[in-house]
Amino acid sequence: MSKHEVHKQKSLFDPAIVKRALVDSIKKLDPRLLWKSPVMFVVEIGAVLTTASWVRELTGFSSGDAVFSGLISAWLWFTVLFATFAEAMAEGRGKAQADALRKTKTETMAKRVTGDTVGKGVQFTQVNATMLRKGDIVLIEAGDIIPGDGDAVEGVASIDESAITGESAPVIRESGGDRSAVTGGTRIISDWLKVKITSNPGETFIDRMIGLVEGASRQKTPNEIALTILLSGMTIIFVVALVALQSFATYLASPVSIVVMVSLLICLIPTTIGGLLSAIGIAGIDRVLQRNVLAMSGRAVEAAGDVSTLLLDKTGTITIGNRMATEFLPAPGVTIEALAQTAHLSSLSDETPEGRSIVALAEQITRDLPFELLSAAKTFIPFSAHTRMSGVDMGGSAIRKGAVDAIARLAGPGGMPPEVTAQVERIAKSGGTPLAVAQDGRVLGVIHLKDIVKPGMRERFEQLRAMGIKTVMITGDNPLTARAIAEEAGVDDFLAEATPEAKMALIRKEQAMGKLVAMTGDGTNDAPALAQADVGVAMNTGTMAAKEAANMVDLDSNPTKLIEVVEIGKQLLMTRGALTTFSIANDVAKYFAIIPAMFMAAFPELAALNIMGLHSPQSAILSAVIFNALIIVALIPLALKGIKYRPLGAAAVLRRNILVYGVGGVIIPFIGIKAIDLVVSAFGF
Amino acid sequence: MTTNGIIQLLAFVLALVLVTKPLGIFLTRVFSNERNFLTPVVGPLERLIYRLCGVKPNAEMKWTTYSMAMLMFSVVGAIVLYGIMRLQDILPWNPQGLGAVAPDLSFNTAVSFVTNTNWQAYSGESTMSYFTQMAGLAFHNFVSAATGIAIAVAVTRGLVRSSAQTLGNFWVDLVRATLYVLLPISIVVGLIFVAGGMVQNLSPYVTAITLEGAKQIIPMGPVASQEVIKMLGTNGGGFFNANSAHPFENPAAWTSFIQVLLIFSIGSGLTYMFGRMAKDQRQGWAIWGAMMFLFLAGLVTCYMSEQSGNPILEKAGIERAATETQSGGNMEGKEVRFGITQSALFATVTTDASCGAVNGMHDSFTPIGGMVPLFNMMLGEVIFGGVGSGLYGMFVFVLISVFIAGLMVGRTPEYLGKKIESKEVKLAMLALLSLVFCMLGFTAWAVVRPDALKSLANTGPHGLTEILYAFTSATANNGSAFAGLSANTPFFNVTLGFAMLFGRFFVIVPMLAVAGSMAKKTAVPVSHGTFLTNTPLFGTLLVMVILIVGGLTFFPALSLGPILEHLLMQAGKLF
Repeated sequence: MSKHEVHKQKSLFDPAIVKRALVDSIKKLDPRLLWKSPVMFVVEIGAVLTTASWVRELTGFSSGDAVFSGLISAWLWFTVLFATFAEAMAEGRGKAQADALRKTKTETMAKRVTGDTVGKGVQFTQVNATMLRKGDIVLIEAGDIIPGDGDAVEGVASIDESAITGESAPVIRESGGDRSAVTGGTRIISDWLKVKITSNPGETFIDRMIGLVEGASRQKTPNEIALTILLSGMTIIFVVALVALQSFATYLASPVSIVVMVSLLICLIPTTIGGLLSAIGIAGIDRVLQRNVLAMSGRAVEAAGDVSTLLLDKTGTITIGNRMATEFLPAPGVTIEALAQTAHLSSLSDETPEGRSIVALAEQITRDLPFELLSAAKTFIPFSAHTRMSGVDMGGSAIRKGAVDAIARLAGPGGMPPEVTAQVERIAKSGGTPLAVAQDGRVLGVIHLKDIVKPGMRERFEQLRAMGIKTVMITGDNPLTARAIAEEAGVDDFLAEATPEAKMALIRKEQAMGKLVAMTGDGTNDAPALAQADVGVAMNTGTMAAKEAANMVDLDSNPTKLIEVVEIGKQLLMTRGALTTFSIANDVAKYFAIIPAMFMAAFPELAALNIMGLHSPQSAILSAVIFNALIIVALIPLALKGIKYRPLGAAAVLRRNILVYGVGGVIIPFIGIKAIDLVVSAFGF
Repeated sequence: MTTNGIIQLLAFVLALVLVTKPLGIFLTRVFSNERNFLTPVVGPLERLIYRLCGVKPNAEMKWTTYSMAMLMFSVVGAIVLYGIMRLQDILPWNPQGLGAVAPDLSFNTAVSFVTNTNWQAYSGESTMSYFTQMAGLAFHNFVSAATGIAIAVAVTRGLVRSSAQTLGNFWVDLVRATLYVLLPISIVVGLIFVAGGMVQNLSPYVTAITLEGAKQIIPMGPVASQEVIKMLGTNGGGFFNANSAHPFENPAAWTSFIQVLLIFSIGSGLTYMFGRMAKDQRQGWAIWGAMMFLFLAGLVTCYMSEQSGNPILEKAGIERAATETQSGGNMEGKEVRFGITQSALFATVTTDASCGAVNGMHDSFTPIGGMVPLFNMMLGEVIFGGVGSGLYGMFVFVLISVFIAGLMVGRTPEYLGKKIESKEVKLAMLALLSLVFCMLGFTAWAVVRPDALKSLANTGPHGLTEILYAFTSATANNGSAFAGLSANTPFFNVTLGFAMLFGRFFVIVPMLAVAGSMAKKTAVPVSHGTFLTNTPLFGTLLVMVILIVGGLTFFPALSLGPILEHLLMQAGKLF
């Protein structure tokens, strides 16, 4: 877990979230809101009916046991409340996050460029950020907050995007290329940019993000709609069955009171899943969000579960994004120790993975640096986008390491020995990256940076294969290099020398076979493929075009997360299926509790169906209703966290889930209702 | 259970297994328009019919066109049949001079035969002329069965096709089902039945003087020719009121055995055809296995309950156990020719399928023995089921099972590679709801209407069961009656008529819509992540879903009907 996730992730049951959810759960009782969840809406109507009976009995308008009716009514209201509470809890973390995001939307002033002069010294007018429209050009200087989403059209700058990503290390944005997108609400730390605004106020990335995390713009996903239809259908079936039952009871001259009838109905309709359904969906999106991936819709998360082909970029996903130093290749007349020591010194302040890998490799060759070198006064020269090198000035000597052409420029014409140039070419051909090291303009040699397959990727791909997901590695490498890495990583297939067109063609081909394809991308030329893919995850570092085309944005820009998103999608569907099965299986026991209780007075023989040996008709009905309400609360953590996910084949997963939620769903209520009955009967029912 | 009984039941299962594959292969060939051994004989006739009717046999229909053709055919058929009954007094072949059938009864009967229900609110021998029986009722015995088969084939095509718009041609499916499947089997087995002692003539009824000197009228008629299609087409409408309990309709135990086999044969063969068309035979067997399990569960329950009989008789000093000389158990309402085993088998089979023919009186079964046929019908008759309707009805449950359980593997549920989305769920629920609504809704209405209750012969839970059975039988298009209910009243004729209509077309049309929607989808190739529907695990799941959905829906009703009656019987109380 990276540091920012720790900083961001609130516990599911954070006291502040619970408190807020309690208030929201009452607001959500509003029938106009509850109507969207048909099952719970029916429970609410039932609660109103029993409450009315209770009031009539209290005031003596009708005969009946007011205490019993009162208790049933109370527990029916609890049933609804528990369901709305579950939804409010699921929304809790998102709402807290939305509040934090809103704070970044404080009044910002923008410098709208009025002329079209090139460079920093342009004319501008100060306007409120809300006045900006698509197409406006603004100037942003160090210390400014970026007034809106846009693409840099001029300049290079480092930007603090922690407001949206939680990551405090600054990122570089520059005009042109794939790192030109800037997000409103983030802050420029150094240098300046001219930015073309790409969205109107209210439609910005942060606005959308607030809407999404808050659940305000949440729409039911296709599968959720289908499940709602199934649950509503079952509810109608039970309503018909119970209306008919009352008619049969009337025929047998033993009609049942409205309170008992409503109790049976509420116990039978699938309240467990009906109450938790929207919470499961929101929690799924929330889980994606906790991994710093912004899903533009629940539909995308759901689709992720269906993905059967994953297109994974080699760099950053399969291999460690920043290549690792694997060998030092000294120039003629330079010892390997000298090169290693110099490279080590140049990388002392380089905190990038490459830098660290150079230090680690150097230490293998030269052990620790001599004390006099370590203790000498040093001035570190950080890497910059302009110089494309970094290093250290110490003892009057300038040590630099960086891109070969940059070092060559430093060394001047003829400063690059031909032997080194030959090594550089060899490294490049093998798919590696050469990095040159120089001291005071003299080239000492090159460092070979190589692709390293991330540890654990092979296992990961095996799991994906077990789940029926095919992995395809996408790389710009030549086929030979690509094959070597593909084999090492254990992916199913690879696309070498990939162009955007080739990527697009691959997606189309897979989709024509009925498969759902997921991919990651960042560049503008990835945008069509991202849009074509069923699940497209854009890197936050990418261009606006890519982010617009994708249906998810990874704020950490970590392509490996696509796999986690797929897992969350699957987990989301599994949780729904498991709770639906559980909910329906529960009904068996409830019948055996309530049916004999309803008619035992008229037909004592029906006591044979009271297999749980419940104390009395009243205690039986009350226990079933209480169980029905409490099971919702008991399952809230499961709904929010999702059922345990295992990367297994469908048959194994199904067998396990049927056993746990199907068979378990039949047995648990027998035990639960009996236990509650023991307590209830102790109170004299 | 007696050894003799077990052997009879095993023989039946074995016979069913033996006919399934050859029939399935034959059905596949017929409905894939491939040549088969009947083509030289039937082909010219088939082409003649197309030419006469202006049918273009190669023009395939979308689901909407297919549904419209089916509905038009049924509506016109019902109107003509209604007309025949209303005018039978002036039509030929009426040697008994039977009068015109009453309007409400004609409506009920027309609907009944068009929907393949064959609910009979009348006694055939005293109401229907030979012309009505042969030109009206027998005609629909064939074409309503052929319609059912056509729908099953169309739905199968919809499920197995990929990125397609059409489901086949209704007229072609109808004609081929009739000419290649129903007629040839009816002719061959009909002759066997005649050899077994069934009557086949157009003579007036015979008057005989009994040994006691009483005058007895013995009805005659073209029985054997109607009998095969009654079973094979799961129609169940008897020539006589006593149906297959009548010696002229079912002379011996072996004819009874063939009759029950005929009921299941096409339903069973269609599952094989489905597997073959899906290019995965195990898909068919998974469904067949689920059907077989449910059949055996019902059969064993019914048989054991009948064989154990009524405890009250034992208290009266009557031996309940089977002995060398007597069958034991509950013999009330059963033919001695068939005994308990063949009666329980017949009752289970006729209600698993939507046949409705009976060889004993279900009303006289023990409460639990009688609950089995009732529950079979409540499940929508998907256990092999009515010809065609069993398979497409089963797909309703398949869709629901796949949807619920499929989610548990973490993918959008899919069947045969096609995703099941809200549209399919909506249509499946609509089909299920219309069945539940008709079965329970009409019963609930009837039991609180004093005029309807006058039709009851019994009170208490047994009376409730009688009405519930009637509406369940009508909705499921079964047509068997529990007896004890005088259903030939305007109220019952009309309400049961609507139950039959809704129960038939509110399942067919949604399922054709499902087929149309599924045909358009692209099939996803099978992978490790696919929820397999061709395994015993899926078969088990399907059984569980059917029992739980069916059980949960009808448990309240059953608990106040047969279950309560059973418990009261144990306590020594009868109705």
